[in-house]
Amino acid sequence: MPEELYVVAYEGDERHHVLDYATAQAAKSGAKLHILHVLEWSPYSFLTPQELEQRHVQRRTEMERAQELILDPAVERTVAAGVSAAGEIRYGSVVEVVTETAEKLGATMIFVGRAGGNSIGSRIFGSVPLGLAQIASVPTVIVP
Amino acid sequence: MYRVPFLAALVAFLFSALPAAAQTFDDTINRIFADYTGWYVGFIFAPIPGTSFSWIAMWLVIGALIFTFYFGFIQLKGFWHSIQLVKGDYSDPNDAGEVSHFQALATALSGTVGLGNIAGVAVAVSIGGPGATFWMVVAGLFGMATKFTECTLGVKYRNEYPDGTVSGGPMYYITKGFKERGLPGGPILAVLFCIFTILGALGGGNMFQANQAHAQISGVLGDYPGWITGILLAGVAFAVIVGGLKSIASVTEKVVPFMGVFYVVVSLIILLMNFDMIGWAFGQIFMGAFTGLGVVGGFTGALIQGFRRAAFSNEAGIGSAAIAHSAVRTKEPVTEGYVALLEPFIDTVVICTMTALVIVITGVLNVDPETGLYIWNAEAGRIATEGDVSGVQLTSAAYARAFSWFPVLLAIAVVLFAFSTMISWSYYGLKAWTYLFGEGAVKEIIFKVLFCVFIVIGASANLGPVIDFSDAMLFSMAIVNIIALYLLMPIVKRELASYVSRLRSGEIKRFKG
Repeated sequence: MPEELYVVAYEGDERHHVLDYATAQAAKSGAKLHILHVLEWSPYSFLTPQELEQRHVQRRTEMERAQELILDPAVERTVAAGVSAAGEIRYGSVVEVVTETAEKLGATMIFVGRAGGNSIGSRIFGSVPLGLAQIASVPTVIVP
Repeated sequence: MYRVPFLAALVAFLFSALPAAAQTFDDTINRIFADYTGWYVGFIFAPIPGTSFSWIAMWLVIGALIFTFYFGFIQLKGFWHSIQLVKGDYSDPNDAGEVSHFQALATALSGTVGLGNIAGVAVAVSIGGPGATFWMVVAGLFGMATKFTECTLGVKYRNEYPDGTVSGGPMYYITKGFKERGLPGGPILAVLFCIFTILGALGGGNMFQANQAHAQISGVLGDYPGWITGILLAGVAFAVIVGGLKSIASVTEKVVPFMGVFYVVVSLIILLMNFDMIGWAFGQIFMGAFTGLGVVGGFTGALIQGFRRAAFSNEAGIGSAAIAHSAVRTKEPVTEGYVALLEPFIDTVVICTMTALVIVITGVLNVDPETGLYIWNAEAGRIATEGDVSGVQLTSAAYARAFSWFPVLLAIAVVLFAFSTMISWSYYGLKAWTYLFGEGAVKEIIFKVLFCVFIVIGASANLGPVIDFSDAMLFSMAIVNIIALYLLMPIVKRELASYVSRLRSGEIKRFKG
């Protein structure tokens, strides 16, 4: 039986709930984890000329920070727990990127944390877990 | 305990004394500028002998025609591909987070959509008649090829610094492109372009905008000293361009496109409300384009006004868009040219036409009921209008016929458009400034503070000759830029041929759609 792969939509939660839960499930089933940190970004947002000029540098800085402060510690924590893990940083709409990645990698499950979720914005526009629950093509676990 | 009465007296004194002092100041500045720069302004806006058509507008239109034929009607052949690029069909998902084609286009549009679309069109239609709209659209369509040429070059020859920032624009493609082709005079032309850009940014991109913003606000709130508007605008601009207060900038950048879309939607609603008259309005536009419909200038008047307004509104050939578009992250400079050609289409063909149609349909231009021809107001040199108004007021009156609340919204839109144009031009001016004097915090802050000071001057003073001079500078940019475009267009043609062949062979990958 081929090794299973789980995608973890990880936003850097200090309590590591989603990460630890996904790691525990992966350890039980012998699955690998693909930890995905998505920086919310729309190519249709509006920028000033100064922001256009700085965008490339800004992107590089954002990715370096996310790698150093969020992704590397998350991968290390998972590997330390005895589970094989890889990490990836992407830009875009969180729901779309997570779904696409899960499909591309042939993942069998998605894990996502339910961070916040009580804000007016998420009630009106929908939260990431809600979005994934609606469009994900594989079973999705929402970790409180 | 005497503080409040003292302050009140001081304010009263300032309000009474400042206008008089400002008047003297205005007069002095006006005289100096008229004496020393009047000849240059006269030269730039001089009419072609035997006509009232300024040669500079003809310079822009002829340039647009040449680029159109040289690139085989790229604006028609490449229109759909431009839309695909803006939609992100050819954007590599791995490049997400970089500047998208849409963002570069939206930012460049923020700098061009503004008073020209609202006030300029009203002036054109009231002087040249509805037929001016036809020629405006024609000039806008040709201008698309100019934008294609300049923005392709802007990306191709931009400077990419080790820290990842980029700087581009005509000054860079003039120096690098001329050197590549072994042409002399590149550095001199680049310096000349930068000087014109700095002066144009301080004038047309700043003082004129501040002046018109104050005119709009005082039109709604009642007359009050312009320096108050100037200081408020300068304070906000200072916070954005000096203080780097991104929240204000991003609010403006979000509100301005929204206002633009809202303006088009309201225009469409008015057109739908008068659905039965759309055919008649187009008839007026087509007939007016060739006969004049009683307008004194006739065919020539309509043509001149239409061409002039299109050239002044969409900035094709001025070179400013090449500065904004050069920040996009693309391996193919031609793609940015494709995207940029949508600018004159949106600015002139869509938005200006909407304004013109609403003005014609709502009947604010007075028609002789017996002859069906427009009534000419010889004293004002234009068609007699409802309320005897022109410019922004005429557009406002036309929209108010359908929605009485629209003038207030239009005033807000004009102020926001003006502010957004100022922010864009502060950047264009700064790029020219740093090209001339070098990068550096102190050098940059000098220009930025200077820019803010000119906002106050522009809003508070009635500096006709100064604004004329700065407009002349803006169009002087086009003299240098279009000469450079003529000399560098073979490079663009080569780039285009290579891109199109790779696109057809599938080497350039489509990622979605």
